[in-house]
Amino acid sequence: MGVRLEKPFLLLQAAAVKAVQAQMGVYQLADDNEQVLYIGSADARSLFGLRGELQRFLEDPEVTRFRVEVNTAYHTRRQELLMLHQADHGELPVRNRDYPFQLGRLSPA
Amino acid sequence: MELSLSNEQQMIVDMVRRFVREEIVPLEMHLDPDADQLESDDRERLVGKVKEMGLYGLDIPVEYGGPDIDVVTRTLMAIEMSQHRAGLYAPCYGVFGGAGLAQLFEASDAQKEKYLYPTLRGEKRGFFGLTEPSGGSDPARAIQTRAIQDGDDWVINGGKIFISGADKADFGLVFARTGGEGRGGVTCFIVDTDTPGFHVRRIVHTLRSAHYATELQFEDMHVPAINILGQLNKGFAIANDRLSRQRIPYSAGCIGVAVKAHEMALEYSKQRETFGAPLSNRQAIQWMLVDNEIDIKQATWLTLEAADRARRGDSFRKEAAMCKIVATESAGRVVDRAMQIHGGYGVTKDFPLERWYRELRIRRIGEGPNEVQRHIIARDIIGAGLR
Ligand SMILES: Cc1cc2nc3c(=O)[nH]c(=O)nc-3n(C[C@H](O)[C@H](O)[C@H](O)COP(=O)(O)OP(=O)(O)OC[C@H]3O[C@@H](n4cnc5c(N)ncnc54)[C@H](O)[C@@H]3O)c2cc1C
Repeated sequence: MGVRLEKPFLLLQAAAVKAVQAQMGVYQLADDNEQVLYIGSADARSLFGLRGELQRFLEDPEVTRFRVEVNTAYHTRRQELLMLHQADHGELPVRNRDYPFQLGRLSPA
Repeated sequence: MELSLSNEQQMIVDMVRRFVREEIVPLEMHLDPDADQLESDDRERLVGKVKEMGLYGLDIPVEYGGPDIDVVTRTLMAIEMSQHRAGLYAPCYGVFGGAGLAQLFEASDAQKEKYLYPTLRGEKRGFFGLTEPSGGSDPARAIQTRAIQDGDDWVINGGKIFISGADKADFGLVFARTGGEGRGGVTCFIVDTDTPGFHVRRIVHTLRSAHYATELQFEDMHVPAINILGQLNKGFAIANDRLSRQRIPYSAGCIGVAVKAHEMALEYSKQRETFGAPLSNRQAIQWMLVDNEIDIKQATWLTLEAADRARRGDSFRKEAAMCKIVATESAGRVVDRAMQIHGGYGVTKDFPLERWYRELRIRRIGEGPNEVQRHIIARDIIGAGLR
């Protein structure tokens, strides 16, 4: 498994979201320039898993792209993606700045 | 040998049990089922409560300001502290504090000032870096990370795998080869994680959702000679000593989870009816409950015996190995039976059983795999000739 989430972004549209599995996992939301705005996870309390999480953003004008990774280790994987973003960009995605838990430091190869 | 708890022990156990039930379990209703941290407000509030109870910094020796609680009582407390969803790897989410890396008590005065005291005050965190991709069961032979002297520094190259908490640590203990093959050629270095050449390359995702492991790489990492912990080429003894001691609370944590899973299974078996009667009326279910009871009891007595020997200053290496085997294996069986009694619900994330089931599996491998524990016991009973 690669450390980074490198799948192509998809357009955040109702049909695309409907096709997403209702499973646990992690997702990234991005703008038109594919700049990541938010890294989230669909945990065991997400009613319709990744699909349900993404549906919440369908009306959000800033968010136009998404990609997901089905992963039962959603909790640690989300933290890893946040740390990678921090390592690559020197800061967290704009909508994760209030992430309440302490993150570690990664220096990926 | 006294087999019943003293009044003081009973009081402490009751206090911790109440704390877990009234403070920790309700918070978990609102946390992600795989969470391993509390939000900082909750954490600070609960640390305050634990300090008021006089139980903060349990593993800190009295001379360093810890509460004066003996190892048997601490073991009894550890059994209570893991009785919640995150309890196996994040007992009470760390609000009881901890001593951090026990090896630092062996450090020089200057090292204690820089690393031990800040750790005890909760200002710094450390990691324990022993295992390498070449193997963890027999680190004395497997360690390939090399340290070469360069003036007043040592230059370290190599890597470690499965290292818990290195990404959040301020420093760590890194075991590297400074001499020839085997245990006589390994030295323990205290390494600051902001040293150039220190890299946390990735998280190693495992069955465990709390306190994930990491993979480390060291590239021409310069560490001053004053950061050698203990003596040159004597690092293996430092690693070994910690591992033996750690096995007692490690076993206690497994027992706590088993106790809780068994309690849930008992309760559920009395409520759930099939074919016109509660599950608890069926002999097949009763025997599972009986086997749980036996598994928990034998793990508890073995663990308390190891703790008692440690308290008295007797050798406890064999007993620690025995309780590690029995507690990790029997807790796995208890949770497995509790899951079976819960049927489909047992494997859902609505209940903590699935998390314990996953995380307990690691316990037969971590802190020295159970095969290695059997090897330690065999060596003790057959004689040192066995290699
Ligand atoms: C989640 C997690 C966290 C960890 N955290 C840390 C940490 O913080 N710091 C750290 O240093 N390490 C850590 N470890 C590493 C752990 O201690 C090792 O995984 C363990 O020591 C086993 O080493 P190995 O995985 O290389 O297995 P190996 O040594 O390759 O052994 C493979 C298997 O063979 C068995 N075996 C080995 N020798 C014998 C024998 N003589 N006879 C019979 N069977 C044998 C072993 O029991 C094991 O089952 C962690 C591991 C995990 C999974």
